[in-house]
Amino acid sequence: MSPSDWEMVIGLEVHCELQTVTKLFCGCRNAFGDEPNVNICPTCLGLPGSLPVLNEQAVEFAMRIGAALHCEIRPSEFARKNYFYPDQAKDYQISQYDLPLNADGWLELPDGFRVGVTRAHMEEDTGKLTHIGASGRINSALHALVDYNRSGVPLVEIVSEPDIRTVAQARAYASELRGILVATGASDGRMEEGSMRVDANVSVRPAGTGPFGTRCEIKNLNSLRSLGRAIEYEAGRQIALLESGGTVTQETRHWDEAAGRTDSMRSKEEANDYRYFPEPDLVPLAPDAAWQERVRAGLGAMPADRRAVLAAALGGAPTDAETDQIHAVVDQGLDALVTAAADAGVPVPLALARAANEVAAQGQAGRALDPETYAATLGMESSGTLSATQSKAVLGALLERGGGDPAELAKEMGFEALASDTLGAVLDEVIAAHADEWARFVEGDDKLMGFFTGAVMKATSGKANGKEVAAELRSRRG
Amino acid sequence: MTTATAVAAAVRAGERSARDVVDEALAAVAAGDGEYHAFLSLLPDEARAAADAVDAALAAGRDPGPLAGVPVALKDNLCTRGAVTTCGSRMLEGWRPPYDATVVEALRRAGAIALGKTNMDEFAMGSSTENSAFGPTRNPRDTSKVPGGSSGGSAAAVAAGFTPLGLGSDTGGSIRQPAALCGVVGMKPTYGRVSRYGLVAFASSLDQIGPFATTVEDAALLFDVLAGHDPLDSTSLPSQPEPTLATVHGGVEGIRVGLCRDLVDGCAPDVVARVREAADALAGAGAKVEEVSVPEFGYGLSAYYLIAPAEASSNLARYDGVRYGLRVDAEDAARMNTATRTAGFGAEVKRRIMLGTYALSAGYYDAYYAQAQRVRTLVMQAFDRAYSSYDVLLGATAPTTAFDVGAKVDDPMAMYMNDVCTIPSNLSGHPAVSVPFGVGADGLPVGVQVLAPALQEALLFRVAQVVEATAP
Repeated sequence: MSPSDWEMVIGLEVHCELQTVTKLFCGCRNAFGDEPNVNICPTCLGLPGSLPVLNEQAVEFAMRIGAALHCEIRPSEFARKNYFYPDQAKDYQISQYDLPLNADGWLELPDGFRVGVTRAHMEEDTGKLTHIGASGRINSALHALVDYNRSGVPLVEIVSEPDIRTVAQARAYASELRGILVATGASDGRMEEGSMRVDANVSVRPAGTGPFGTRCEIKNLNSLRSLGRAIEYEAGRQIALLESGGTVTQETRHWDEAAGRTDSMRSKEEANDYRYFPEPDLVPLAPDAAWQERVRAGLGAMPADRRAVLAAALGGAPTDAETDQIHAVVDQGLDALVTAAADAGVPVPLALARAANEVAAQGQAGRALDPETYAATLGMESSGTLSATQSKAVLGALLERGGGDPAELAKEMGFEALASDTLGAVLDEVIAAHADEWARFVEGDDKLMGFFTGAVMKATSGKANGKEVAAELRSRRG
Repeated sequence: MTTATAVAAAVRAGERSARDVVDEALAAVAAGDGEYHAFLSLLPDEARAAADAVDAALAAGRDPGPLAGVPVALKDNLCTRGAVTTCGSRMLEGWRPPYDATVVEALRRAGAIALGKTNMDEFAMGSSTENSAFGPTRNPRDTSKVPGGSSGGSAAAVAAGFTPLGLGSDTGGSIRQPAALCGVVGMKPTYGRVSRYGLVAFASSLDQIGPFATTVEDAALLFDVLAGHDPLDSTSLPSQPEPTLATVHGGVEGIRVGLCRDLVDGCAPDVVARVREAADALAGAGAKVEEVSVPEFGYGLSAYYLIAPAEASSNLARYDGVRYGLRVDAEDAARMNTATRTAGFGAEVKRRIMLGTYALSAGYYDAYYAQAQRVRTLVMQAFDRAYSSYDVLLGATAPTTAFDVGAKVDDPMAMYMNDVCTIPSNLSGHPAVSVPFGVGADGLPVGVQVLAPALQEALLFRVAQVVEATAP
């Protein structure tokens, strides 16, 4: 069989940290990046005699996630998942087992394909271990340091149905889910900080037929890129194994990003028996209909809705580039910039492009940019007061300084529009300096348009308006 | 020592200083506890400072609270800020909690003085206080006998007259059974009436803190101080009934008492005789007494010895040598866990961790843990049925009077049988109290148990007070 004769069957388990003010079962601050072991108390350290008290905001956020994923919000219960590990303060994790808060939902990918969501349940995070030793690997560590700041941080684990069939779908699912998590306000969805963590269950079978193959669970996927590479590798490994007459063993595998491969962590036989049982220190959690209704009513627009709004603003069908820009703008939560600029009369393609490229690249600074300021800057560009280069420079300065008056900034940066007669004089000099190129341009070598535009920009320190330069060049060519 | 009621009255009236009361209690312990070993540690400095604070409040015209200057013995599984809390285990030897249990704060607000921490079966697992890692406690009524357990130290401290009041925890009878064996009053409240915050957990769905006292009135006085909603305990009841002290002398006229055969049959003949006499005494005081059978109680012990160890196996997992308590070093974390737990836990604790781990394991959960929970439901329903005809139930607390030190240490099943009469109330979460009622053939105290429906502590104490008043 060739690789195309096989089909991947993928299910994803996504852990997301909720951005609550305090932890799931105590009043300690829920914060990333603080000095180790400052946000701790008897409860999140698991001291003898301490007890958990459920955080209402965490329940609210978990319900938002459930509602956004079209789940049924159900009467639920917490359970203890028992296993020994030094980062686990009580040596059990309070989680939800047979009665999760959210169940039976779905997530729609941008291409319209729906992935089932089995459940989205609440649980607490563990502390964080840092292994100190020669290689940083667990096996050769000399000792380990434990930071319990993360112990008890609220998580929602979102488990998909094994509906995903391609790497592209897996990436699209994780990306879309990230957008939804951010849109609900429940999580910042940052994979790089570990606030969104993805595990993949992967199996293969002859394309389109038969029962699912034996699956492996892949852990340590810290980016969408890792997710794609790991699934690709793992499916290839399983196919090679099956084609050589072997069988796949159900096990947990660790993705080694540097080596580009998965390695066995533990087999099913070695897996923990978690001995789940109902958590006796907590009472059942059954949000009433009124609370559920408030949560559903309070949900803002989801990424798909917001993308549709931007696409509609373009007027016609978006180009591939525009589709990418729309995704970038919505992923970064920059819709308001585009809308404000469009409302101020800026052409939507320009408003989209600047937001998706210049602003989105700046991360948090971009999200903090005032929409009116953005609209004013792009207004100066679209009216010809600023060249594209100048407009980008002003945006850059605004993002760097955290705001300001774009007109003042442009003046400060010396970006006053060049008078037409000045442009004429500059052009005379440029043409004189590059007589050969000018001759070829006049004969019809359009590739030199950029050359001359660049030369004029250089001579004017970017003050010239690109469109005016192009128009002047064309008119002189005759 | 006299009653808590009398001590508090004298202190509040300025007839005695709290400081004198505390000094006297500390002196009594120093003189007498070598024989009993009721206390694992004393808090002399903290107790004197607290007494001085009570005296200062009185001098300034402020009310120091209903337990002004009353020394209290605390079971050593109640967290005391900065003061060693061991649970009777090597595992926590020298461990100083950074916080106070909610009940410890409640005592302080009421003007009571924590005098010291008392001996107990390790992690509250046992019925004789012989499972303490720090040596057994002796029964002050007869030092060749056990005081019962697991709260044997607190029961002995009150029985010896060291303190008028004590606190224990009752998971399967650990307050009531030692109260019976030591001849004092011991009461387990309704689950959720007293905060468990700061009580080192044994079996979370069964554990409840309660009072020891020499009189029912004192027990009611202390219970009223302990009871109340605590936002730090999710299983704490949000709304709580009125205090019980005001009605403790209300009598039993017209009260329907069910003498529960299943809590009497199988007990030693002298114990059976005392329980029947107590029933007659209640009838004589105006109660309507009938015999009732609740056969489901017979399954309680088996269900308890699956549920309690299951929860304990999880609750005690945290003693892994990583963060606090004992650590026995080894080449890696997993081996360090094993070495620490092997060295830190005693035989009975290990036995119950093994039992509980097994009961929760994949493939056995339904047959053991889940089945035990179904039995628990049956026991609750049986109580409901009984309480549709009776206001309270009456039975024995323990099957025998205090037994010899060492008599049952090698026979876990015989030891477990001590809890057969007390366990049903833990499974149902209902309140129950043990009241001294005469003595057995050996001259040692017998305890009679009164059981009431959930939240009916006031009624429970009223009936108990009549039992106490009519005791021979």
